Amino acid sequence: MFAVTAAALLVAMCLAMCRALLGPTAYDRVLALNNIGTKTVVLIAVLGFLNGRPDFLDLALAYALINFIGTIAVLKYIEYGDLGAGGGTSRDRAGG
Amino acid sequence: MMEQVLPVLTWVLLLSGAFFLVTGALGMVRLPDVFTRMHAAGMTDTMGAGLILVGLCLHSGVNLVTMRLLLVLAFLWFTAPIATHAVAKAALAAGTEPYTLGAGEGGADGGEGEGGGAP
Amino acid sequence: MNRILWLWGILFGLWLLLSYHFEWLFLVFGTATCTVAVLVAARMGIVDRESVPLHLVRRGALYVPWLVWEILKSNVRVAGIILSPRLRVDPSIVHFRASQRTDLGRFIYANSITLTPGTVTTGIVADDLEVHAIVREEVDGSEENDMNRRVAALEGEGA
Repeated sequence: MFAVTAAALLVAMCLAMCRALLGPTAYDRVLALNNIGTKTVVLIAVLGFLNGRPDFLDLALAYALINFIGTIAVLKYIEYGDLGAGGGTSRDRAGG
Repeated sequence: MMEQVLPVLTWVLLLSGAFFLVTGALGMVRLPDVFTRMHAAGMTDTMGAGLILVGLCLHSGVNLVTMRLLLVLAFLWFTAPIATHAVAKAALAAGTEPYTLGAGEGGADGGEGEGGGAP
Repeated sequence: MNRILWLWGILFGLWLLLSYHFEWLFLVFGTATCTVAVLVAARMGIVDRESVPLHLVRRGALYVPWLVWEILKSNVRVAGIILSPRLRVDPSIVHFRASQRTDLGRFIYANSITLTPGTVTTGIVADDLEVHAIVREEVDGSEENDMNRRVAALEGEGA
C-alpha cells in the first residue's frame, strides 16, 4: 500500500512539474516548486516506511525546513534581485 | 478487533490522501491563473500530506516514529500558509491581475499566455 | 521567568525527541544548547506573549480540531470544483474584517484562512484582510463569521 501511495505522489509531482515548466509567470513556477517540495517531504516519509527504515523521517523534517526557507529566498530574490535587501515589499514602498 | 480495523483505516487514509494529492496537482494544471492555483496547491499541502502522514502514524503505532511524523505534519501546516501567502503577496506586488470571470472571455484558459507581471 | 522556563522545557523536549539518545554526553550537550538558546532569546527580549503563547495552549486544543474539520470540508468542496468538467470558478478578492485585538490573533486568523483551501490571504492592513476566494459566493467576510469569532475567543480576555 505504500507503493501505491508513492506512485500517486510521483504522478502528482509530474503534474506539478508540468505547471513549473509551463509557467507562465515566475510565481506559477515558484508555487509549483514549493508544492513539489511538500510532496517530496511526504514521499521521503513514505519511502522510509516502504523500505522499513523510519529513520528517513529526520530527512523529511530537514527537507521541510529547507523547502520553506528556499521558497521564501527565491521569492525575495525575484522581487528585489538581491537576497540582502531589507524592509517592506514594493507594494508597501509604493505607498499602498 | 483493533487489529482488523487499523490496517483498513490506514489504507483508507493513505488512499484518500493520495486522491487529494493527485486532485490538487490536477488543479495546478487545470486552473486558469496563479491565484486560483494556490487553492489547489493548498489542498495538497493540507489534506494530501495530512491524511498520508496520519495514515503512516496509524501504521506505526504509538512510538518515536509517530511523534516525528506529527512533528513533520505540524511543521508543514505552520509553514504552508506562510509560503502561500508570500507567493500571493509577491504576485500581487508585481502587478499580476487576478483572473476573473468577466475579464477572461477565453474560457478557462484566460490567464494563460499573458505572462502578466513576470519580471 | 515562568515563560523562560517553559521555553527551555519545550526546547529540551524537542531535543530529546529528535536525538532520542539518553547517554550522558548527549543530555549534557542538549542542556547546554537549550540554555544558550534561551539565554540569547531572553537577552534579545523576544521571550514574550507573542513568541511563547502559553495562554493559547488550552483553548487552542479546542480550536485545532474545529479547524481541521473546516479544512476537510473545504478540501472536498475545492476537489469538487477541480474535478468538475466545467471548472466552476468565480475568483475574486474579498475583504474580511478581523475583530482580534492583537497581532498574534490576526496572524492566527489570516493563517487559518490561508490554510483552508478556497481562500488565500493576500494582504493585511490593520484589521482589514484582503482575501482571494476561488468562488465568490461561498465566503463570508463579515465580522460575524465563525472562524473570526472562534479566533477572537481563542485570544481570550485581557490580550
